[in-house]
Amino acid sequence: MSGTTVPADEEASRGPAVGRVALRRPRLPGWSLAALALGSVAVGTGVGLVARLDSRGQWGLIAALVFVGATFALSASVEGRRHAVDRLAAVLVWACFIVAMVPLASLVWETVARGIPGVSWYFLTHSMNGVLSWQEGGGIYHAILGTVEQVLLASVIAIPLGLLTAVYLVEYGRGRLARAITFFVDVMTGIPSIVAGLFVLSLWIMMLDFGYSGFAGAMALAILMVPIVVRSTEEMLKLVPNELREASLAMGVPKWRTILKVVLPTAIGGITTGVMLALARIAGETAPIILLVFGNNMINGNPFEGAQSSLPLYVYEQWGFGTEQAFDRAWAAAAVLIAFVMILNLVARGIARWKAPSGGR
Amino acid sequence: MSSPSAPPPTPSPPSPMKEAGARSTTRLGDRIFSGLSKGSGIALLVIMAAIAVFLAIRAGIAIAADEGNFLTTFEWDANADPPRFGIAVLLFGTVVSSVIAMVLAVPVAVGIALFISHYAPRRLATPLAYVVDLLAAVPSIVYGLWGALYLVPRMTGPFQWLDDVLGWTGVFAYDGTPARSLMTVGLLLAVMILPIITSVTREVFLQTPKANQEAALALGATRWEVIRMTVLPFGRSGVISASMLGLGRALGETMAVATVLSPSFLINASLLESGGGTFAQNIASQFKEAGSMGRDALIASGLVLFLLTLLVNGAARLIIARRKEYSGANA
Repeated sequence: MSGTTVPADEEASRGPAVGRVALRRPRLPGWSLAALALGSVAVGTGVGLVARLDSRGQWGLIAALVFVGATFALSASVEGRRHAVDRLAAVLVWACFIVAMVPLASLVWETVARGIPGVSWYFLTHSMNGVLSWQEGGGIYHAILGTVEQVLLASVIAIPLGLLTAVYLVEYGRGRLARAITFFVDVMTGIPSIVAGLFVLSLWIMMLDFGYSGFAGAMALAILMVPIVVRSTEEMLKLVPNELREASLAMGVPKWRTILKVVLPTAIGGITTGVMLALARIAGETAPIILLVFGNNMINGNPFEGAQSSLPLYVYEQWGFGTEQAFDRAWAAAAVLIAFVMILNLVARGIARWKAPSGGR
Repeated sequence: MSSPSAPPPTPSPPSPMKEAGARSTTRLGDRIFSGLSKGSGIALLVIMAAIAVFLAIRAGIAIAADEGNFLTTFEWDANADPPRFGIAVLLFGTVVSSVIAMVLAVPVAVGIALFISHYAPRRLATPLAYVVDLLAAVPSIVYGLWGALYLVPRMTGPFQWLDDVLGWTGVFAYDGTPARSLMTVGLLLAVMILPIITSVTREVFLQTPKANQEAALALGATRWEVIRMTVLPFGRSGVISASMLGLGRALGETMAVATVLSPSFLINASLLESGGGTFAQNIASQFKEAGSMGRDALIASGLVLFLLTLLVNGAARLIIARRKEYSGANA
């Protein structure tokens, strides 16, 4: 009874089996797919060699098409149409994954392979002062300094604002105001970085008539950072069990002390993670820096006065020079930037894993 | 006096307010703290409003001085004495490159999300999800550098092939110049928005009720039928909103477009040949040469971009908000 009911359409077509019920339909053995894959690679290589296709990509494409077609045909003839469709879907999903991994892996590989040779102690500790675009040498010290200062300034503005907003949304906020803030924080996450830059440009530089500075860039970065901090902190505060709040309030602790001494410390791991992910995100922003910090080949340690540089801006400038020497510097700086962002990410996720269970107990 | 209304422990709302004077010290702390947190929430709203207002003021100055039609002029001479500029080309380039990116990225992202949630071996799935999240953090300028120096030279072959096969349509005509075109930009944007669409979509797929999937399996459905009957219908609005978040990213992306595209103020019928521009790219490339009027003009185009992304993101959030089960925490 169990085998006959569901796949009725195909059971009916195999007339002679009516007498004894087949509990299992024939399946393709595991090695058949491997054999098909090998065969398709062979066909792809063969066709490629015979037709003299120069790109290996075309060989692979032919092999993949042959594999998909052959799998579908074989499965349809042995296992039935429904299972053939199932196999087709599985192959396509795997294909999606591989297709997406190729450019992403290539991106990381290119940056590392072309960038690492250019990274040296000299590169990290010297500025571009007096180095012309076609010359070798020069470094990113001024850019690293600028990035670190701008990111720190931005977080000084964004972290308190973000934390307090999240506290409001979770602990106090009710009604229309809280809903409006939630909605606009979400919308704010999607503001293009260049628009944040234009806003600070129109307010700070064009209207209030301040000059280009690291601080102007930091304000734009803060606008980009706040919504990320709010969202992640909000999620973490929601995980803090209510029993903790109730226990503290029941002992007569005022609400603000409960939040500061009980709620926030409980969620601090997750909050730190969110903040560091936000830092990693804004450290790579270029667009507002172009508009507000302007770029500088010399070391300027004062973020409140005069143009500075930053790592992403440095990459963009060096790319713009268009010489081989400048491209080498751009790749090296990109490798440093990726390393910086990845380290921030890994540390953040490490903290998340280390501190994670404290909220859910 | 909103302080005594704690979120869950609300059994005693109005009564303590009567004796407010008795314990004024703690009340003061509460009032300051709740005022601070409420104030920063309001500050965010003010910032959002200020962005719109200040951009609108400068844009108003620029549009009033514009000799051409702001919406339909195919020129960008904002620094000339009677300034003439219009956003037609930028709007076209922005929308076209983003649409190309969506068409390429969404199906692949759904595939990867399904791969991670339902196909990959469990031991592979967790690190994969992790890697996808890490890739979302790669700065856009690095994508831009990779696109300009690695991707562009390698697109000549495929573009030539597209021209051979589909060149007669005009849309895919190709003249053999370096492939710094809207199509390449769209492809690069697709790669850039893959991780974000994937991670949001994956979260939704993982929330498909187990009972539905097991019921389908118990009826003898194959894995694909389980996905088609339970996972995809359940995750549909999640996929839509994830795509719109990706679209918002693609619309506002600056650096990757500025490095790859070879811009011009002509709309080229062929997507494979260089030309066109996007809002963000135009702002980044023109800024250094812009005078006072030029900046106002760029801000005016930035305002259009702001409204465009506001629309797209707002719509995405409304779709998400309708399903409360899903929180877009890491979006």
